[in-house]
Amino acid sequence: MQSETGRLTIKQRKRFSQKTNEYKSGYLFISPFFILFGVFGVFPLVFTLYISFHQWDILGTTEFIGMTNYLSLITNDPLFWKSVGNTFSIWALSTIPQLIAALLIAFFLNQAFLKYKSFFRLSIFMPNVTSVVAVALVFSVIFGSQYGLVNYVLSLIGVEAINWSGSYFGTHVAIATMVMWRWIGYNAIIYLAGLQGISKDLYEAATIDGANKLQQLWSITIPMLRPIIIFTVVQSTIGGMQLFAEPLLFGQGSQYQGLTMTLYLYQEAFNRFSFGYAAAIAWMLFFIIIIFSLINLFLTRKISSA
Amino acid sequence: MNQVGEKKLSKIILYVFMLVSALLSVFPFYWMFVVGSNTTSAINKFPPAIIPGSNFISNSMAVFDKIPFLQVLWNSIFISIVVTVSVLFFCSLAGFAFSKLNFKGRDGLFIFVIATMMIPPQLSLIPNFMIMTNLGWIDDLKAVIVPAAVNAFGVFWMRQYISSAVPYELIEAGRIDGCSNFRIFLNIVIPAVRPGLATLGIFTFMATWNDFLWPLVVLKDSSVHTLQIALRTLNDVYNTDYSLILTGTFLATLPILLVFIIFSRQFISGLTEGAIK
Repeated sequence: MQSETGRLTIKQRKRFSQKTNEYKSGYLFISPFFILFGVFGVFPLVFTLYISFHQWDILGTTEFIGMTNYLSLITNDPLFWKSVGNTFSIWALSTIPQLIAALLIAFFLNQAFLKYKSFFRLSIFMPNVTSVVAVALVFSVIFGSQYGLVNYVLSLIGVEAINWSGSYFGTHVAIATMVMWRWIGYNAIIYLAGLQGISKDLYEAATIDGANKLQQLWSITIPMLRPIIIFTVVQSTIGGMQLFAEPLLFGQGSQYQGLTMTLYLYQEAFNRFSFGYAAAIAWMLFFIIIIFSLINLFLTRKISSA
Repeated sequence: MNQVGEKKLSKIILYVFMLVSALLSVFPFYWMFVVGSNTTSAINKFPPAIIPGSNFISNSMAVFDKIPFLQVLWNSIFISIVVTVSVLFFCSLAGFAFSKLNFKGRDGLFIFVIATMMIPPQLSLIPNFMIMTNLGWIDDLKAVIVPAAVNAFGVFWMRQYISSAVPYELIEAGRIDGCSNFRIFLNIVIPAVRPGLATLGIFTFMATWNDFLWPLVVLKDSSVHTLQIALRTLNDVYNTDYSLILTGTFLATLPILLVFIIFSRQFISGLTEGAIK
């Protein structure tokens, strides 16, 4: 009897200490993330907001000016709106062809009779591991305004040389090409994973019902890939809104046609040292990303469920 | 007969399409070397040189003259390795806690971790620069390493992986043997999730190696530059001397390309897994 109760309490104590142990270890094990995020994530977030209400320069002289930074950004800064327009234009030029090409490549890679699959996969994915800087530099040479390779190829078919770094069209196309080249393979591999997850039975049933390949693509493949398509659209939206290295290295051009939102933020902060104004740009950028991601999410859902 | 012919045609179209895609993907690498092994004047004419020339060595010497190549290569390797090891350790530790340990507020905290992934890094750029200035970490590799030592994506990834790859029975067995939670983590969880660690490790390494904006802001002196920042310097210094710029670009791309080719299998299958999850 006595030993029985004794054992019970030991058992209970054990269970109890096991529980506190898990508490202690749990909080301890996740603490590195929360400490670092607190210092380099939460604090900066709040502090950016604080700075954005001030006129703030490199020497640390600060003056509270309320919403003035935001107001002048919105109402009195054509350069900011230009950077917004450029960012969206480059985003659209790069994302739409990129995702269509990726879908096509994935569709082909998924064909049973295709040989040398691993070779194709490897080479198509290779651009993605290249650094943005390297991509920007090599494409800046390929899109050289005088003797670039693209202009040479165009001259062969009788097209006049295009001033890539001097025109809106040229700069946007060149930068969009850099983005596309780096990301088509990545998206293709993601789509391929989605395609491989679709059960063969669905296609067989559709074939028996007399649906052709195109109908199958439209009414089986696309709807089944919906979550993955949404994922890639959201990802490329976030990435596209943060475009920075490509225009910095390619050159923003004399008409600021390559000035993107993040590049503008960088210049305001680290070339002109107007931290307050740059902080306001950062928050505007954040809002634009959120709103635009939500719009894209909504549109993608609509399109792929239509 | 007609149908067979049609099938053959569509096969040919498919192969041509795939071959063109593969060529377009690989071509810029080839072009880096073509431009990097010729002189700029051989490139700057119509028709340009389209096969590799003999100037690669002398171009490399000119690059080494302007940037301390070995030093920046070492900086990139050092930063990438330290960040990767630390991300693997801290993220799997947190992932283990989130998936196998019971503590108050666990699920809420995990959702919070996921939510933090939505914040664009630009938002914290300026305050973080001020923090680094106050710590005296400008021009110190710590400024790049410490904030990257653990990240939300890694925690999320390892939590998902540990949930599916480590059964509770294994953990219980460890407890009966009297292991502490940390011992269980080291001796039971880590060996069971090696593939997940490999994938996260490769991704972290690549992302750190290629990172640009933050190192550009905090690493100003050329002795602490990473390869990416050094390339930017090279671009500014040589301006339109494309051969020298692309020689540097080629030299900087080669190591990461080798790493990728060696680990390509894990890389691509890891990516695929992540997308499905």
